[in-house]
Amino acid sequence: MAGGAFATLSELRAELAARRVGAVELAQACLDRIAAQAHLNAFVSTCPERALARAEAADRRIAKEGQTALVGLPFAHKDIFCVQGLPTTCASNMLADFVAPYDATVAARMDAAGAVLVGKTNMDEFAMGSSSETGHLGSVRNPWDTGRVAGGSSGGSAAAVAAGLVPAATGTDTGGSIRQPAAFCGVSGLKPTYGRVSRYGMIAFASSLDQGGPMARTAEDLRLLLACMEGRDPRDSTSADVPPTAAEATPRPLRIGIPGEYWDALGTDMGTALDAARRGIEGLGHNLAAVSLPHTRAAVAAYYVISSAEASTNLSRYDGVRYGHRASAPKDLEDLYRRSRSEGFGDEVKRRILTGAYTLSVGYYDAYYQKAQRVRRLIRQDFLDAFASVDAILAPVTPTPAFELDAMQADPTDMYRQDAFTVPASLAGLPALSVPCGQIGGLPVGMQLIGPHFAEDRLLALGEAWQRETDWHMPHPRDSRAGPEAT
Amino acid sequence: MSTEWESVIGLEVHVQLATESKIFSDAPVAAGGDPNSRACGVDLGLPGVLPVLNESALGMAVTFGLAVDGKIARECRFDRKNYFYPDLPKGYQISQLAEPVVSGGHLDIDLGDGRSRRIHLTRAHLEEDAGKSVHDAYAGLSGIDLNRAGTPLLEVVSEPELRSPHEAAQYFRALHSLVRALGISDGNLNEGSMRCDANVSIRPKGRKELGERTEIKNINSFRFVERALAFEIERQIGAVEAGGEVVRETRLYDAERDETRPMRGKETSEDYRYFPDPDLLPVVVTDAMLEQARARLPELPAAKRERYARDFALDDYACARLTGDPDLARYFEAVTATGVEPRQAANWVLGEVSAALNRDERDADDIPVPAEELGTLIARIDEGVISSTAARTLLATLWREGGDADAHIADSGLAQLNDDDELRRLAQEALQHHPDQADQYRAGKTKLLGFFVGQVMKASQGKANPRQVNELLRELLTGV
Repeated sequence: MAGGAFATLSELRAELAARRVGAVELAQACLDRIAAQAHLNAFVSTCPERALARAEAADRRIAKEGQTALVGLPFAHKDIFCVQGLPTTCASNMLADFVAPYDATVAARMDAAGAVLVGKTNMDEFAMGSSSETGHLGSVRNPWDTGRVAGGSSGGSAAAVAAGLVPAATGTDTGGSIRQPAAFCGVSGLKPTYGRVSRYGMIAFASSLDQGGPMARTAEDLRLLLACMEGRDPRDSTSADVPPTAAEATPRPLRIGIPGEYWDALGTDMGTALDAARRGIEGLGHNLAAVSLPHTRAAVAAYYVISSAEASTNLSRYDGVRYGHRASAPKDLEDLYRRSRSEGFGDEVKRRILTGAYTLSVGYYDAYYQKAQRVRRLIRQDFLDAFASVDAILAPVTPTPAFELDAMQADPTDMYRQDAFTVPASLAGLPALSVPCGQIGGLPVGMQLIGPHFAEDRLLALGEAWQRETDWHMPHPRDSRAGPEAT
Repeated sequence: MSTEWESVIGLEVHVQLATESKIFSDAPVAAGGDPNSRACGVDLGLPGVLPVLNESALGMAVTFGLAVDGKIARECRFDRKNYFYPDLPKGYQISQLAEPVVSGGHLDIDLGDGRSRRIHLTRAHLEEDAGKSVHDAYAGLSGIDLNRAGTPLLEVVSEPELRSPHEAAQYFRALHSLVRALGISDGNLNEGSMRCDANVSIRPKGRKELGERTEIKNINSFRFVERALAFEIERQIGAVEAGGEVVRETRLYDAERDETRPMRGKETSEDYRYFPDPDLLPVVVTDAMLEQARARLPELPAAKRERYARDFALDDYACARLTGDPDLARYFEAVTATGVEPRQAANWVLGEVSAALNRDERDADDIPVPAEELGTLIARIDEGVISSTAARTLLATLWREGGDADAHIADSGLAQLNDDDELRRLAQEALQHHPDQADQYRAGKTKLLGFFVGQVMKASQGKANPRQVNELLRELLTGV
């Protein structure tokens, strides 16, 4: 790519502003790299005609007004955001042929900001997963090691940014789906506060947890993207009416909480990497303090009960009646429902629907759903208590670096436990930033900064300061070739 | 030997609220239209769409709650009711289970004999309507029309306090009057703006425990409520007296055959897996909203009835009929405002005017004769200018052709004959033609006065002033 495949948005803005490169050139370079690295399976679809037309418009806009906002910058949407006229599949057979007839609010805002959409990224089916292995088009490969997963569910977006296919992408995070793949692929990702970014047009998995957010190479770029994505949306009752995130950070010494429940759970390698990060943060002039989040242990269970319950009814609309996969020649209505859904959904999605329907059933509702809601309130309270004495919390993102493909397929709960460090902030609705902080055996490792509600600005300032002093966000994988394992 | 049975009835009435747009989308609420032309992405349940509460639906529910003296939830929550059906696009209906917008309250019903009864309400909650399946448009296929999907409904649930089909029908009527008076529904029964499900069971009179109940679905008229329940109660009594039992089931009322039948398919106890809809945050009903709704509350039918009885000295029947329909009440008040005697005005509005409305299948907001013109007609009767019979004819003319009452009186030649000399001449003629009857009258058969009045009226082609004729005849018969 002109300006380098691994240039940041900020660098590209300067290039565009100085007319050293054009938007069309950038978009075409992305499309070329996506094609060249197709074996990563990071994309579900590309939209070259739309991209080049929008890029031409962006070039005219830059010629007239100079470069502002995201004008002319190429990016990708996770294939969970509806974009009018483009296929929106959620990596599911159920929506394999679905063309969205309207724009998600985030899609409309990115368009309005002048960003140039080049394609839509692969993911776990309906965002249910932590490895991007469950999509109907197969697994996303980790660019650092194509025998490993990219993480999930926004694995396609993470891999695309990491491999230099696009400088930025959108993701969604329900229980870690931005933060974990960002960590596995060595890029930066922000899960905003629940309500910061509109969910309208973002295909629902678990409505009380889903939150769209940006993925890019640096925290600085995340800030730029968030400014375009965020804001109150009258079409989403749960979107918050809060002041926008500041355009620039004002760094100051912060009190950073270290939660024992997270750190004590780390293995040796990860512990070593995170300890280094902790010392690095301290070295930036911040004060560390131990905090306790006592209900952390119950978070994964509560998360899977609540998210599956919501998913079970959110996915009821895929019934083969109005759109999406419909079984051929159904005998009757029952047969239409049964076969359309059996054929349309993959195993993990079915597992969640069944689990969720079970936990909402008469006789089980109190024992599961209600209890999980109580745990959720306790976890939220843990954080609120901690934030009485600290400004942000430093935590790991994942228990290990990227694991091998198929490694977690035998027992789904092994996969669920991968989310132990990310789901608590999700349950509490808190913003959390994932930035690279080291490597283990040539694989990236991330750290997580969790802040109080709507304190994105503070987290991004921390990330920006970290990335000024360290270069863990700089290394990038060498271009890989399709190997025998890539099928 | 034979047990005396008592029926226990509770009604669930779905009232379609008169909002401009749907309860969770901005698509318009309107009857008709090409299939799916009034359904937006939210109504179609597209991937990614979200519901946003239409606050005017909430406002109407609050208004209803205040009118029935119910408790208004200060935080309004919505739940998902999960089930699959082709006309239910999301696979769940957004409704309210745990925290309905209105709890409790009551409605007074008119028992028809001057007595009234207070019926308590369990709750009233907001929910969205489903679409419609169309089974006859395509061979071998069913169509789905989602125009109605998302239409706001207020489901009003009564306590099982109704004791007869008549009481149930009166309750339905009272509710109909109330929602129309409040302006929160058009109450159009033919278009399904009010649909009623009736739960009914029987028990030996005096027993406390309830019998097994059946539910009759989707009844859309006052008459059908009464008939469906009458049939169902008879059926239940018949079954039990024959040694059988009542099975809990959902039944449909077939108006053509005047019977209830079990709905197709085996009855399974369905688990709707209700849970709070995470797409909708609780909506707070503020003090300001309550105050605003209270201030906008119109005079309610019950208060209006009291006022009509007190200020207009109308009987119970007239009060009930007039206040049962806000438009009719408005018309009646406009007629009395012209200065005519209220009881006379009520007679005309409930008599001739209502009959003509029924005949033409018009609503009371669409009476073609302005209230001022009817007032003029009534005044002219009082003044003796026209007879009541002539007034009826003239009203029919006004109804058909419009125009000015006095002009019609002049044109029609129906102005009353008040000329004393002319009337005296006609009266004397009548006596001369019927000397026998005159003698019988004088011998004490005073009932014959009516016979002579009739003769005079006939001779005058109905134009003679009956009061004057009466006086003249009496004078001529006794005074001579």
